[in-house]
Amino acid sequence: MTESILEIANRAALENKANRVTDIYLTIGQLSSIVDDSVQFYWDHISKGTPSEGAVLHFNRVPARLRCKNCNEYYELRDELMPCPACGSISLEIISGEELLVDHIEVVKD
Amino acid sequence: MTQRIEIVRKILDSNQRIAASNRALLDENNIYGINIMASPGSGKTSFIMETLQRLPPRVHVGVIEGDTAPVTIDADKINALGTPAVQINTGGECHLDAVMVELALQKLDLKLLNLVLIENVGNLICPASFDLGTTANIVIASIPEGDDKPYKYPNIYRGLDVLIINKIDLLPYVDFRMDYFTKGIQMLNPDIKIFPVSCKTGEGFERWIDWLSSNIPTKDLPIDQ
Repeated sequence: MTESILEIANRAALENKANRVTDIYLTIGQLSSIVDDSVQFYWDHISKGTPSEGAVLHFNRVPARLRCKNCNEYYELRDELMPCPACGSISLEIISGEELLVDHIEVVKD
Repeated sequence: MTQRIEIVRKILDSNQRIAASNRALLDENNIYGINIMASPGSGKTSFIMETLQRLPPRVHVGVIEGDTAPVTIDADKINALGTPAVQINTGGECHLDAVMVELALQKLDLKLLNLVLIENVGNLICPASFDLGTTANIVIASIPEGDDKPYKYPNIYRGLDVLIINKIDLLPYVDFRMDYFTKGIQMLNPDIKIFPVSCKTGEGFERWIDWLSSNIPTKDLPIDQ
């Protein structure tokens, strides 16, 4: 996962003739399985010697948003997965919360 | 000077592309591929062995075994049953990815197979994000792990085709609320097929084998004796 982020950032830096990547903005859904701390941990190791060395990772967490297929209620998950708060149905559509994106990066050009 | 570069790209885009080529390779060869995910100790290898022994002779299986360490315990067990098995040592990585599977598929004689079973690394977190290019994704849950797993690890139950609930012979001894467990699964994945089984007693295997056999493509292969 971390390697893929690094690859995307380094390639974008190269394509834009940037010397250094300073910030990487990630969009991460609440339901996706990614742990900020472990990504940061690996990042510090694997980014060494690349244009992204020392770049700061920003995690924009997107809450899980659901729609009840029974009563059409829209709701966000606070923490744990739960049935529709309006009617108790478990027939649900997950609208957001599964994102795993590199949104944008900030680079320095000399 | 600082400049902002828009990217908006899926982090696992490159894995996805290789997964697509694995899928095409399996399709070309008329092979049904299954990615088997689970926690450590849920009985993945026992489940695979039990499945191998019950499949009809028209099914020719190859197995890919993923492990974080350079061990061949699981592959040896499968080989002992007369089934070709390839071991992938992930070198500490906690999941298989599409590249590892691409390399492992090269070591199997695909012309002679119509089913490939891939045993992922025991882990409910990371394997969820990595498409391997298989035809179906399954998770083996087991009764002693507890009934709260869909609530704690929702991601792995999305995009699944089949859920195996193993070790059902332990139900009388463990506080496992089957309705609470399956309710969580249904919220995440209403179309999933659920097969409760026990590798110890063999209960539930008939239904699973029937379903699996009906999905395996016919291929002109010699019948195993």
